[in-house]
Amino acid sequence: MEAFTTHTGRAVPLRRSNVDTDQIIPAHWLKKVTRDGFEDGLFEAWRKDSEFVLNRPERQGATVLVAGPDFGTGSSREHAVWALQNYGFKTVISSRFADIFRGNSLKNGLLTVVLPQETVDALWELTEADPTAEVTVDLEARKVLAAGIDADFELDENARWRLLNGLDDISLTLQNEADIAAYETARPSFKPRTITA
Amino acid sequence: MGRTLAEKVWDDHVVRRAEGEPDLLFIDLHLLHEVTSPQAFDGLRQNGRQVRRLDLTLATEDHNTPTLDIDKPIADPVSRAQLETLRKNCAEFGVRLHPLGDVEQGVVHVVGPQLGLTQPGMTVVCGDSHTSTHGAFGGLAFGIGTSQVEHVLATQTLPMARPKTMAITVDGELPADVTAKDLILAVIAKIGTGGGQGYVLEYRGSAIEKLSMEGRMTICNMSIEAGARAGMIAPDETTFAYLKGRPHAPEGEDWDAAVAYWKTLRTDEDAVFDAEVVIEAAELAPFVTWGTNPGQGAPLSANVPDPASYEDPSERLAAEKALEYMGLTAGQPLRDIKVDTVFVGSCTNGRIEDLRNAASLLEGRKVADGVRMLVVPGSVRVALQAVEEGLDKVFKEAGAEWRHAGCSMCLGMNPDQLAPGERSASTSNRNFEGRQGKGGRTHLVSPQVAAATAVLGHLASPADLSDAVTTAGV
Ligand code: SF4
Repeated sequence: MEAFTTHTGRAVPLRRSNVDTDQIIPAHWLKKVTRDGFEDGLFEAWRKDSEFVLNRPERQGATVLVAGPDFGTGSSREHAVWALQNYGFKTVISSRFADIFRGNSLKNGLLTVVLPQETVDALWELTEADPTAEVTVDLEARKVLAAGIDADFELDENARWRLLNGLDDISLTLQNEADIAAYETARPSFKPRTITA
Repeated sequence: MGRTLAEKVWDDHVVRRAEGEPDLLFIDLHLLHEVTSPQAFDGLRQNGRQVRRLDLTLATEDHNTPTLDIDKPIADPVSRAQLETLRKNCAEFGVRLHPLGDVEQGVVHVVGPQLGLTQPGMTVVCGDSHTSTHGAFGGLAFGIGTSQVEHVLATQTLPMARPKTMAITVDGELPADVTAKDLILAVIAKIGTGGGQGYVLEYRGSAIEKLSMEGRMTICNMSIEAGARAGMIAPDETTFAYLKGRPHAPEGEDWDAAVAYWKTLRTDEDAVFDAEVVIEAAELAPFVTWGTNPGQGAPLSANVPDPASYEDPSERLAAEKALEYMGLTAGQPLRDIKVDTVFVGSCTNGRIEDLRNAASLLEGRKVADGVRMLVVPGSVRVALQAVEEGLDKVFKEAGAEWRHAGCSMCLGMNPDQLAPGERSASTSNRNFEGRQGKGGRTHLVSPQVAAATAVLGHLASPADLSDAVTTAGV
């Protein structure tokens, strides 16, 4: 996983709540067996409308998505995170994320930042009025900065440490091999097995 | 202080706990399907890793599988490639797989319980958000992303932050024609699609205890639509009776030991939930959705709501957008909404009891002209049982299409889709824009409402059927 320390970029204000993962990447894209090439599927249905914010010329190359509450609800598809990343987003800001989506994003180095809705409103107003306005998400300082905006955000220390260092969960867990083996030995024998060894 | 059911199961699976870190949990059962696993197997290969516990892993094909002509090669090359990838991966790593054509094939959340692999007190994960279904047996079951699928394949564990707990208590008797599906739709409408976020929901109370295992699975299945990763119901005699004799259920002394443990899996009297919601069963009615998220629902007797009636501006906007997408006008009675398609199936309502309920209403009746009805059993076993009971004949005689098992029109990854603008009454779990096909419009309903709707051609409850007969007889 790529480490995330700080990022500055232009923003896409997405004034919609409850953006579910079926909107982020529709199911027919899920037939692919790779982690890349999902950029054209991102918000596919909405992008058919030339006025959709992502299609606006002034939003090309933007890397910060500022979305409404309950972003990423619905299916567990990690493809939603890959699609956002493949498209070029480095971070998503919202007042509330669905749990599975949030977990998936942090595991892939897409920083999801939770800010109060008032701050999201302020970011929307700023970036709608001035599409060239830059937004900085600083994970070291846990701050979001933009013209007239200086907001602190929370992220649990462990997730932050893994992101800052780009650490992969599996290698970290495998360091606890002895604990896993001890647990396995003590498991009750009545627990089911899918195959008999 | 006492512990809740969720806390007990959690504590029993902690492999490692350290200050400032998520708990490392052991996973008892890992279910796989073709959509969310290919990139995980790739990850294993790239790092030279094996599947740690093949004996706790099971794969099935469901999302892409066709429901017609299953003996012919799959027409869509991309779907075919994804299924072939799963087959190759399972063969290479040694994972037990039930492919299309196998008698144990079906929707992953139907297959686990019917094999008796899903048991009380277990941790169950799958790269699919409706894994919450398995919580109906009194375990912790949650959907995971592909990175986590790879993590479980490699380590049989997952680092997880401890969730909060929410009690959803439903006491009393459900009125006639009110099913588990109506109950959970009403819960989601009440707490909202984000209401359960960060919580494990425990459904309890006398109305829940009276539900069959099928009904309990329907409820837990849709916990995710309220934002909760997991929902659970304490195991009891209904649970034990369902499990007894299933292929992977314990036997003999193991059974006794298991039941003794399972009986301890109840929330202690003095345990405290982080949040509580109370619902009176007697106040519930057949419930349908009118919008584009599962929280946008109302009793069938109500009218389409007026977006202006919402105080919260983002809810108002969401309602406006939903009505526009759904082609509905505020104030229109829900009962007047005509449908083109009725879908009975999915991991929410594709079990034998669901098919029985739908069939009992279709017996001696016909699907309305201009309505197509698709009945897709949740698994091959469900299909075989239905055939044994003659349900397939009832469906066919009524004019419905009887299909092969799979996810089908629940998400339209196979050819079973809505055309743009088409409207369905569907027993599945998501009414998102385009979920059942681009431009398709979905109303979530119970199997009973689905059957009545198929006969009358508009959203209807079973009671409307008898009214219709009376009128016709006059
Ligand atoms: S039936 Fe629908 S919700 Fe269930 S696993 Fe299949 S696609 Fe997902």
